[in-house]
Amino acid sequence: MRVLLGLLLLIAAAALAGPLVAHLLGADPAAVDLLHRFAGPSATHPLGTDELGRDMLLRLMEGGRVSLTIGVAAALAAAAVGTAVGLTAGYLGGWTDRVLMRLTDGVIALPLLPLLIVLAALDLQKIGISRGLADSPGISLARIVMLAVLVMWTTAARLVRGATLVTRSRDFVRAAQSLGAGVPHILWRHILPNVMAPLVVATTLSVGDIILLESVLSFLGLGVQPPLASWGSMLSNAEELITSSPLLAVYPGTMIFLTVIACNLLGDALLQRFDPRAPARG
Amino acid sequence: MIRFTVIRLVEITAMLVLMSFVIYALIGLMPGDPIDLMLSADPHLTTADVARLKALYGVDRPLLERYLAWARAVLSGDLGYSRLFLTPVAATLPPRLGNSLILMGSSFVIAFAASLGLGVAAARRPGSRFDGAVNLACFAGVSMPTFWLALILILVFAEELHWLPASGTGGGETGDLADRLRHLVLPVATLAVTSIGGYTRYVRAAMRDALGQDHIRTARAKGASEARVVWHHALRSAMVPVATILALSFGTLVSGALVTEEMFAYPGMGKLIFDAVMGNDYNLALAALLLASAVTMLGNLAADLAYAWLDPRVTYS
Repeated sequence: MRVLLGLLLLIAAAALAGPLVAHLLGADPAAVDLLHRFAGPSATHPLGTDELGRDMLLRLMEGGRVSLTIGVAAALAAAAVGTAVGLTAGYLGGWTDRVLMRLTDGVIALPLLPLLIVLAALDLQKIGISRGLADSPGISLARIVMLAVLVMWTTAARLVRGATLVTRSRDFVRAAQSLGAGVPHILWRHILPNVMAPLVVATTLSVGDIILLESVLSFLGLGVQPPLASWGSMLSNAEELITSSPLLAVYPGTMIFLTVIACNLLGDALLQRFDPRAPARG
Repeated sequence: MIRFTVIRLVEITAMLVLMSFVIYALIGLMPGDPIDLMLSADPHLTTADVARLKALYGVDRPLLERYLAWARAVLSGDLGYSRLFLTPVAATLPPRLGNSLILMGSSFVIAFAASLGLGVAAARRPGSRFDGAVNLACFAGVSMPTFWLALILILVFAEELHWLPASGTGGGETGDLADRLRHLVLPVATLAVTSIGGYTRYVRAAMRDALGQDHIRTARAKGASEARVVWHHALRSAMVPVATILALSFGTLVSGALVTEEMFAYPGMGKLIFDAVMGNDYNLALAALLLASAVTMLGNLAADLAYAWLDPRVTYS
């Protein structure tokens, strides 16, 4: 587990340090150098250069920042949405619970990737977003985070609802109720701490899933738009050049693979630690 | 049980109707509309022509009115015409669905057979080095971007070694079976490798649970051979959760291979949906998305029914 945490922290630190390293070296990850395209590894370019002569190592660090930001932001947002839905459904019960859980099951039952493609391809100008905003790089980031949340919130919702149902009737919650504690206080102080462990596991696992989802959307041309680059969009750029310079695809692919497998293994290790009897996740 | 099934079928129908409206509305928000496409194809169209065409295609009418017109046509059996393929939608879907079923079906069988062997073997030696290796390999499988794996397979087996074709379904005019099979190898391998991991982890977990149960100890105490205990007694109870997962993944058969189909230019449902959405082919995209949703939801229903059928303790009321 320490090894995994270390690996993830290393990847995150490298991604965050990208701009600093670029500044110190006086290099620019976006600097085009057409005279040195497809260069092999050298002292100035440790991993060589890409099809526009940009430094591969700096580009990977930049791409990692985007991929990890999307992964972590969407995982946290999905956990927050799911927790809100799960707490509401589990604590209030009755028809609120029934409606919310039918909604959750409904979302789980949908073929999500094809539907995401429709959402990802929407013309934002047609829903009243100005052209400048619709074309800004920030909005493509926000769009991917929102799409990922749409897919991922259901796991947390079901987990939290289940745990809330179990906790709701426990004596310490009854005691708090009889002492006159308000609903927000009970949810926050008494119920939420009891669902934290499985929630942390699910969120860790979902970071990896979201990074994969982002790479798929980027591959389909619906992900992060230039000038921003993520590992996914770097990989899909490299696809056309795969025969002449396969290394351009190998680097970002390896980074995605390492990050996702580290998240998955870390989630599994946390699961075993919190609940040694827990069944393995598929 | 029948009551449960009927209620679920009604729910699925309601869900599909709701979805058809939502998707219809969303597709209207995609860049461009049919008239834009005609305009770009024919520069001689005048503003008056555009207005006439808009009226002809009903683009100028309100959303609900257009949707109801579409729904009426669909209910009378007319799915419309595909602008992308210049064929009726109803004739475009079946061959694509067939291709997807062949692709997903064969990778599913291979992945399931492999995961059964690996999962059972790992569960019999929990904590062993073999178990650890299988576990790590499973995580590697589920952590791999599908298109990256496809890219590497194409690079190695198609570009470098020239052993296998990288795209299409092959078969040519004569429907040569050997050629079709050769075209299936790489996409099937891609799908199988990325799904074995998940299945194996389910089989292993279910098998470990099953091997810890009392009736297994009884079977061993009665002197049943280890093979009989594992494959007859334990596998049976392990199959309950496994069957559920399998039925669930069956639901994604239609659209699950979207990325793989796109990578290998394999004409299945996933690629069809992607091309239709990207190509502004409203009629086709709508019908294909609804078909994919219907199959997925029916797969989920099948999962619930399989669960109750395999485990008599489960009842739905």
